Amino acid sequence: MCLLASIIPGFLRVEDTDMHKLIPNLSKNFGIAGSLIITGSIAFWLFGMIILPQLIMIDFSFRPFLPLNKIGGPDDIYTLKNYIVLFTNEFHRAIFIKTIWSSVLVTITALIVCYPIAFYLAKVARGTRFSLILIGLVIPYWINELLRIFAWQLILADTGVLNQLLLAMNVASDPINFRAGNGAVLLGMVYAYILFMVFPLYNAMESLDRNQIDAAHDLGASRFQIHKRIVIPHCKPGIAVGCIMTFMLAAGSIAAPQLLGSPSSFWFSQIIYTNFECANWNQGAAYAMVLTVLCLAFIFAMLKIFKVNLKEIAK
Amino acid sequence: MRPSSVVLRVVTGGYLILFFIYLLMPLVFMSLVAFNSSTVPQVSPWQGFTLKWFGVLLADNQMWGSLINSFIVAFFVVIISVPIGLSASLLLTRLQFKYRDGLYAVLVSPLLLPGIIIGISTFLFWDRAFQLSGGLFTTIMAQASFISGYSMLLIMARSQRFDRIQEDAAFDLGATHWQVFYKITLPFLSPALISAAALAFMQSFDNYNTTLFAIGFEQTLPIYIGSKLRSFISPAMNALSFIFILFTLTGAVIYETLRRRELRNNSR
Repeated sequence: MCLLASIIPGFLRVEDTDMHKLIPNLSKNFGIAGSLIITGSIAFWLFGMIILPQLIMIDFSFRPFLPLNKIGGPDDIYTLKNYIVLFTNEFHRAIFIKTIWSSVLVTITALIVCYPIAFYLAKVARGTRFSLILIGLVIPYWINELLRIFAWQLILADTGVLNQLLLAMNVASDPINFRAGNGAVLLGMVYAYILFMVFPLYNAMESLDRNQIDAAHDLGASRFQIHKRIVIPHCKPGIAVGCIMTFMLAAGSIAAPQLLGSPSSFWFSQIIYTNFECANWNQGAAYAMVLTVLCLAFIFAMLKIFKVNLKEIAK
Repeated sequence: MRPSSVVLRVVTGGYLILFFIYLLMPLVFMSLVAFNSSTVPQVSPWQGFTLKWFGVLLADNQMWGSLINSFIVAFFVVIISVPIGLSASLLLTRLQFKYRDGLYAVLVSPLLLPGIIIGISTFLFWDRAFQLSGGLFTTIMAQASFISGYSMLLIMARSQRFDRIQEDAAFDLGATHWQVFYKITLPFLSPALISAAALAFMQSFDNYNTTLFAIGFEQTLPIYIGSKLRSFISPAMNALSFIFILFTLTGAVIYETLRRRELRNNSR
């Protein structure tokens, strides 16, 4: 994911081509066979793996949930019913809203926790310490996401490490049910997605010239001013990418709520999963669309807030 | 040293230590549990050292089946997504055309959307269009749709630094497109292709969200882990985690040794 922030716009030598000159230009560059392979594989990816599946999902979302023998029959007409449920079903609506603010909370927490680490890694740490920190950061991420979250289950369970500790220290007289609310799920998510915040930030900060910081320092700027005036403006694209990735991962997370959650901390992705378990693909598709739109809205909000454009960000 | 910079060092050091305790402590607990003979996965009470959970894990046929599936899926995802990523990066770095930015945005969009959506849309597409229900094939397609994006970005990063004068020279000397690609472009891009393949393999091997919706009744290793952790939790899962951690540490040590050796060789 860090790639998204690290690849700088601007190409070595890009040929400007009108659409009608595209084909001659392709074959000039890659030969006829090469052009066919290139366009063929991109077309397969673009249509067969991205656009058509998305369109089919939209189609499903606007059709009613029918028994098999009625599909394609007179009842199979486009309807908004699957979307309206989100507003009429109070339980679903509440979970949807909770998923949004909880994901925002996870994102903000991750940003606050990761900013100092990214800055330290990019501008302070050198040599062995730098590689040690890097390895320390990467090791948890080479371990499966599920197992990472499972580790917190061991800590937060009724007979888990934290409760044992609290009981031993006489802080608590009975085991505390840490998994009752949303707390455990949010903690697990911040833990699970930290790297997706650290690396975009790190990438953006790394390209900042150290001399700028020193110059500001020599001119009497305080540390707070240096960050506010120099570091943060410079790493806006990194902040935007980190927030987009973290929010997207949190809002679409299914492992964390499945493993750390209790019935009271249901997540929107779990409603979608339940829909598919009950074979109500239409409802599931509609909610998946809602989640897609939510994530797109978040992406555009971030671009607007940090005043970066999509080109800057996706590269 | 000014007192304020002493305070800063202490605060920074303290924060770093706290951060890494937060990051690594859970893994330490998880590993300890793998060796506790208590049947409930917990650190205390410590009921004696045992290796039996590794035996339980290795005797589980379901685990082996899912592991094999994971390798199959990851293999095909690499085979599909690296060439697609290469194609897209060649097109996008070399030609400028009207819809280039739009195409680029659509191609990276699967990286910016939740994995479950990729899984759902792929599953529905193959079911509707080809009456193919969820399984390893749909999983491969779903994973490749976003992993190709990673490959593309990785390869693009390198191909932007490619000096095309070499290619022009080869063309002037009468080389064919294929020869130029095979003898000049490919060798230059090969480090990026290798890292793209490694990243694709790891992404696929680790994937849970997308796979969960695309796989139907089959199981890959993460799906197996998920079903185990959601039902009856046994310390065998801790044994599995420990094996993962061991592999990771070995990988990190090998990587660091290689890097240092390279640094030494370069400085000579």
